[in-house]
Amino acid sequence: MSPDSWNLDLATGDAWINLVSAVFMVVGAVMSLGAAIGLLRFPDLLSRMHAATKPQVLGLFLLLASIGLQMRTWWVWPVLLVAWIFQLLTAPVSAHMVGRAGYRTKHLHRELLSTDELDAVVQKAAAKAARKDGFGDGSPH
Amino acid sequence: MMHAVLAVTAVIFSLAAAGAIIRIARGPSLLDRVLASDVLLAILGGALCIDMAVNRHLNNLMLVLAISVIGFIGSVTVARFVADRREQPNEP
Repeated sequence: MSPDSWNLDLATGDAWINLVSAVFMVVGAVMSLGAAIGLLRFPDLLSRMHAATKPQVLGLFLLLASIGLQMRTWWVWPVLLVAWIFQLLTAPVSAHMVGRAGYRTKHLHRELLSTDELDAVVQKAAAKAARKDGFGDGSPH
Repeated sequence: MMHAVLAVTAVIFSLAAAGAIIRIARGPSLLDRVLASDVLLAILGGALCIDMAVNRHLNNLMLVLAISVIGFIGSVTVARFVADRREQPNEP
Protein backbone atom coordinates (compact mmCIF):
# COMPACT_ATOMS: atom_id res chain seq x y z
CA MET A 1 0.00 0.00 0.00
CA SER A 2 1.50 3.31 -1.00
CA PRO A 3 1.57 6.35 1.28
CA ASP A 4 -0.60 8.28 -1.19
CA SER A 5 -3.58 6.04 -0.50
CA TRP A 6 -4.16 7.58 2.89
CA ASN A 7 -7.71 8.56 3.64
CA LEU A 8 -7.89 12.14 4.86
CA ASP A 9 -11.64 12.41 5.34
CA LEU A 10 -12.00 12.99 9.07
CA ALA A 11 -15.58 11.67 9.10
CA THR A 12 -14.19 8.12 8.99
CA GLY A 13 -12.30 6.31 11.72
CA ASP A 14 -9.54 5.41 9.27
CA ALA A 15 -8.46 9.03 8.93
CA TRP A 16 -8.37 9.48 12.69
CA ILE A 17 -6.08 6.47 13.00
CA ASN A 18 -3.82 8.01 10.36
CA LEU A 19 -3.82 11.35 12.18
CA VAL A 20 -3.00 9.78 15.56
CA SER A 21 -0.18 7.70 14.08
CA ALA A 22 1.25 10.77 12.30
CA VAL A 23 1.23 12.68 15.59
CA PHE A 24 2.92 9.69 17.30
CA MET A 25 5.61 9.61 14.61
CA VAL A 26 6.40 13.31 14.86
CA VAL A 27 6.43 13.30 18.68
CA GLY A 28 8.60 10.16 18.72
CA ALA A 29 11.06 11.88 16.39
CA VAL A 30 11.05 14.99 18.60
CA MET A 31 12.08 12.74 21.53
CA SER A 32 15.27 11.89 19.61
CA LEU A 33 15.89 15.57 18.92
CA GLY A 34 15.40 16.33 22.62
CA ALA A 35 17.95 13.66 23.51
CA ALA A 36 20.47 15.16 21.08
CA ILE A 37 19.92 18.69 22.44
CA GLY A 38 20.28 17.35 25.98
CA LEU A 39 23.49 15.56 25.05
CA LEU A 40 24.91 18.79 23.65
CA ARG A 41 23.78 21.19 26.36
CA PHE A 42 23.84 19.34 29.69
CA PRO A 43 26.97 19.77 31.80
CA ASP A 44 27.97 16.27 32.96
CA LEU A 45 27.45 12.56 32.37
CA LEU A 46 24.59 11.96 34.78
CA SER A 47 22.42 14.78 33.41
CA ARG A 48 23.20 13.66 29.85
CA MET A 49 22.04 10.16 30.82
CA HIS A 50 18.73 11.70 31.88
CA ALA A 51 18.24 13.14 28.39
CA ALA A 52 19.44 10.01 26.60
CA THR A 53 16.63 7.80 27.92
CA LYS A 54 13.88 9.75 26.14
CA PRO A 55 14.11 8.11 22.70
CA GLN A 56 14.91 4.72 24.23
CA VAL A 57 11.63 4.30 26.09
CA LEU A 58 8.95 6.88 25.23
CA GLY A 59 10.20 7.52 21.70
CA LEU A 60 10.36 3.81 20.89
CA PHE A 61 6.90 3.33 22.40
CA LEU A 62 5.37 6.06 20.24
CA LEU A 63 7.04 4.80 17.05
CA LEU A 64 6.07 1.17 17.67
CA ALA A 65 2.50 2.30 18.41
CA SER A 66 2.43 4.17 15.12
CA ILE A 67 3.55 0.98 13.35
CA GLY A 68 0.77 -0.94 15.06
CA LEU A 69 -1.80 1.69 14.10
CA GLN A 70 -0.64 1.71 10.51
CA MET A 71 -0.64 -2.06 10.05
CA ARG A 72 -4.37 -2.22 10.93
CA THR A 73 -4.04 -5.75 12.29
CA TRP A 74 -4.16 -7.11 15.82
CA TRP A 75 -1.46 -9.74 15.59
CA VAL A 76 1.39 -7.20 15.33
CA TRP A 77 0.67 -5.69 18.74
CA PRO A 78 2.14 -8.59 20.81
CA VAL A 79 5.28 -8.51 18.66
CA LEU A 80 5.66 -4.76 19.14
CA LEU A 81 4.96 -5.16 22.88
CA VAL A 82 7.75 -7.74 23.14
CA ALA A 83 10.17 -5.38 21.37
CA TRP A 84 9.22 -2.53 23.71
CA ILE A 85 9.40 -4.66 26.88
CA PHE A 86 12.84 -5.88 25.84
CA GLN A 87 14.03 -2.28 25.54
CA LEU A 88 12.32 -1.50 28.87
CA LEU A 89 14.25 -4.31 30.58
CA THR A 90 17.67 -3.56 29.08
CA ALA A 91 17.70 0.26 29.29
CA PRO A 92 17.83 0.44 33.14
CA VAL A 93 20.60 -2.17 33.31
CA SER A 94 22.86 -0.36 30.86
CA ALA A 95 22.04 3.00 32.47
CA HIS A 96 22.92 1.54 35.88
CA MET A 97 26.26 0.26 34.58
CA VAL A 98 27.13 3.53 32.84
CA GLY A 99 26.08 5.62 35.84
CA ARG A 100 28.07 3.47 38.25
CA ALA A 101 31.16 3.61 36.06
CA GLY A 102 30.71 7.36 35.71
CA TYR A 103 30.50 7.73 39.50
CA ARG A 104 33.57 5.56 40.05
CA THR A 105 35.65 7.46 37.51
CA LYS A 106 34.38 10.83 38.84
CA HIS A 107 32.73 12.01 35.65
CA LEU A 108 30.26 14.16 37.52
CA HIS A 109 29.90 17.61 39.03
CA ARG A 110 29.38 16.99 42.73
CA GLU A 111 28.05 20.51 43.29
CA LEU A 112 25.10 19.71 40.98
CA LEU A 113 23.96 16.70 43.02
CA SER A 114 21.10 17.27 45.46
CA THR A 115 21.68 14.00 47.33
CA ASP A 116 24.44 11.41 47.07
CA GLU A 117 23.25 8.14 48.57
CA LEU A 118 26.02 6.13 46.96
CA ASP A 119 28.69 8.11 48.84
CA ALA A 120 27.66 6.62 52.23
CA VAL A 121 27.71 3.11 50.74
CA VAL A 122 31.17 3.68 49.26
CA GLN A 123 32.49 5.03 52.59
CA LYS A 124 31.05 2.03 54.46
CA ALA A 125 32.57 -0.43 51.99
CA ALA A 126 35.95 1.32 52.24
CA ALA A 127 35.80 1.16 56.06
CA LYS A 128 34.89 -2.52 55.96
CA ALA A 129 37.75 -3.26 53.59
CA ALA A 130 40.15 -1.32 55.82
CA ARG A 131 39.01 -3.31 58.90
CA LYS A 132 39.42 -6.55 57.03
CA ASP A 133 42.95 -5.65 56.02
CA GLY A 134 43.80 -4.69 59.59
CA PHE A 135 44.59 -1.06 58.82
CA GLY A 136 43.32 1.65 61.14
CA ASP A 137 40.30 1.59 63.40
CA GLY A 138 37.71 1.16 60.70
CA SER A 139 36.88 4.84 60.27
CA PRO A 140 36.84 6.06 56.70
CA HIS A 141 40.05 8.03 56.14
CA MET B 1 0.02 14.13 4.61
CA MET B 2 2.27 11.10 4.76
CA HIS B 3 4.98 12.71 2.69
CA ALA B 4 4.87 15.76 4.97
CA VAL B 5 5.26 13.54 8.06
CA LEU B 6 8.09 11.65 6.39
CA ALA B 7 9.92 14.88 5.51
CA VAL B 8 9.45 16.38 8.98
CA THR B 9 10.67 13.24 10.75
CA ALA B 10 13.62 12.92 8.34
CA VAL B 11 14.74 16.46 9.15
CA ILE B 12 14.28 15.91 12.91
CA PHE B 13 16.19 12.61 12.87
CA SER B 14 18.99 14.14 10.80
CA LEU B 15 19.41 16.98 13.30
CA ALA B 16 19.30 14.54 16.23
CA ALA B 17 21.89 12.26 14.62
CA ALA B 18 24.12 15.28 13.96
CA GLY B 19 23.89 16.29 17.61
CA ALA B 20 24.72 12.77 18.80
CA ILE B 21 27.68 12.57 16.42
CA ILE B 22 28.97 15.94 17.63
CA ARG B 23 28.82 14.61 21.22
CA ILE B 24 30.64 11.42 20.14
CA ALA B 25 33.40 13.51 18.55
CA ARG B 26 33.67 16.07 21.33
CA GLY B 27 32.59 14.22 24.47
CA PRO B 28 35.18 14.66 27.18
CA SER B 29 35.07 11.09 28.48
CA LEU B 30 34.65 7.61 27.09
CA LEU B 31 31.31 7.19 28.88
CA ASP B 32 29.93 10.30 27.19
CA ARG B 33 30.81 8.78 23.85
CA VAL B 34 29.19 5.46 24.79
CA LEU B 35 26.04 7.29 25.85
CA ALA B 36 25.96 9.33 22.64
CA SER B 37 26.46 6.22 20.49
CA ASP B 38 23.59 4.60 22.38
CA VAL B 39 21.43 7.59 21.47
CA LEU B 40 22.63 7.30 17.87
CA LEU B 41 21.50 3.67 17.82
CA ALA B 42 18.12 4.69 19.26
CA ILE B 43 17.81 7.31 16.50
CA LEU B 44 18.62 4.67 13.88
CA GLY B 45 15.98 2.32 15.31
CA GLY B 46 13.47 5.15 15.34
CA ALA B 47 14.19 5.90 11.69
CA LEU B 48 13.62 2.24 10.82
CA CYS B 49 10.32 2.34 12.75
CA ILE B 50 9.24 5.43 10.78
CA ASP B 51 10.06 3.62 7.53
CA MET B 52 7.96 0.63 8.60
CA ALA B 53 5.03 2.80 9.69
CA VAL B 54 4.97 4.97 6.57
CA ASN B 55 5.36 2.14 4.06
CA ARG B 56 3.29 -0.33 6.08
CA HIS B 57 5.62 -3.29 6.25
CA LEU B 58 7.38 -5.16 9.08
CA ASN B 59 10.66 -6.10 7.39
CA ASN B 60 12.85 -4.11 9.79
CA LEU B 61 11.35 -5.26 13.08
CA MET B 62 14.10 -7.81 13.77
CA LEU B 63 16.65 -5.13 12.85
CA VAL B 64 15.17 -2.78 15.47
CA LEU B 65 15.42 -5.55 18.08
CA ALA B 66 19.00 -6.30 17.03
CA ILE B 67 19.90 -2.62 17.32
CA SER B 68 18.58 -2.47 20.88
CA VAL B 69 20.54 -5.64 21.76
CA ILE B 70 23.72 -4.16 20.30
CA GLY B 71 23.22 -0.91 22.22
CA PHE B 72 22.68 -2.80 25.47
CA ILE B 73 25.67 -5.13 25.10
CA GLY B 74 27.95 -2.35 23.88
CA SER B 75 27.22 0.11 26.69
CA VAL B 76 27.32 -2.58 29.41
CA THR B 77 30.64 -3.93 28.14
CA VAL B 78 32.32 -0.54 27.87
CA ALA B 79 30.97 0.57 31.28
CA ARG B 80 32.27 -2.65 32.84
CA PHE B 81 35.80 -2.22 31.55
CA VAL B 82 36.18 1.55 31.69
CA ALA B 83 39.20 2.79 33.63
CA ASP B 84 40.02 6.17 35.06
CA ARG B 85 42.93 7.68 33.20
CA ARG B 86 42.32 11.35 33.90
CA GLU B 87 44.55 13.38 36.15
CA GLN B 88 41.88 15.59 37.74
CA PRO B 89 38.11 15.15 37.89
CA ASN B 90 35.56 17.55 36.40
CA GLU B 91 37.70 19.04 33.72
CA PRO B 92 35.54 20.91 31.20
